[in-house]
Amino acid sequence: MWNYEKRLQYPVNITRPNAQIAQIILSQYGGPDGEINAALRYLSQRFAMTNRKAMGMLTDIGTEELAHMEIVATIVTQLTKDLSMEELQKYGFDKYYVDHTLGIWPQAAGGIPVNACEFQSKGDPITDLFEDLAAEQKARVTYDNILRLVKDPEVADPIRFLRAREVVHFQRFGETLRAVQEDLNSKNFYAFNPAFDAPVPCPPCTK
Amino acid sequence: MMNLCNLSQYQLLDYINKVSFAVDDILLFLDSHPDCPEALAYFHEHSKLRKAALKEYARRFGPLTIDTANDTSSSSWEWIYQKWPWEGGGCSCGTMKNDCSIR
Repeated sequence: MWNYEKRLQYPVNITRPNAQIAQIILSQYGGPDGEINAALRYLSQRFAMTNRKAMGMLTDIGTEELAHMEIVATIVTQLTKDLSMEELQKYGFDKYYVDHTLGIWPQAAGGIPVNACEFQSKGDPITDLFEDLAAEQKARVTYDNILRLVKDPEVADPIRFLRAREVVHFQRFGETLRAVQEDLNSKNFYAFNPAFDAPVPCPPCTK
Repeated sequence: MMNLCNLSQYQLLDYINKVSFAVDDILLFLDSHPDCPEALAYFHEHSKLRKAALKEYARRFGPLTIDTANDTSSSSWEWIYQKWPWEGGGCSCGTMKNDCSIR
């Protein structure tokens, strides 16, 4: 279960609103490779894991992604503070405004609402961990793209933090994949589903 | 251990962010290296610093966690009254500037 801590994992203080960049950054909230999908992917996949390192890693990284979701929403909230109707219309943010005013709603920059089709929870530990490695790279690329579009250092700062975390998560998932592969018996040459086809007994709680 | 009492609210929150990040980062490392003694020691040290800082922050400025929201000397629910995490930058408690229910 989850507790809430009344602070951001990294501070956000944006004093210059910008409708154009707000829309772009919204993709890391509700976009295909955004933090919501990352959180849902990892928190969903953990139930089919057969190795406690994997259960731990998916839970803990999934939890961190929830914290990142909050950072992204904060960035967008501050970027849209006190925007004039002219500025909204100039950058096409009026299309979002009509349906959501300046509220936060999970969609990609292009308008597609957040959806589970953008991730898998295949129920196969090896498969799911490869998906997770890819997910972290996709998120990192998205942040790279955002950094090329952002000019304001107040915005770039938290974005750079979030990007660095994706790189670390990639590293952690690589270690987790290796741990799961090591569980496999030497006869499991093609690494088929250890969760279903060859059930691995759970280690005792003390270790 | 540094003297937390001398820190301003901003400085104390900054300290909590830093020490909490150290905990966040090492806990992921421990998930894949559960037997690493250096990592375990690092975790315990920073976790202890974090707990002390959270307790101090709650005492002076209001709770950041439900577990530090148990100040029996307070007659109201302090949890809601301190600024929420997204209230930074140009924001100041929503757009209803004349009628914001801060208190």
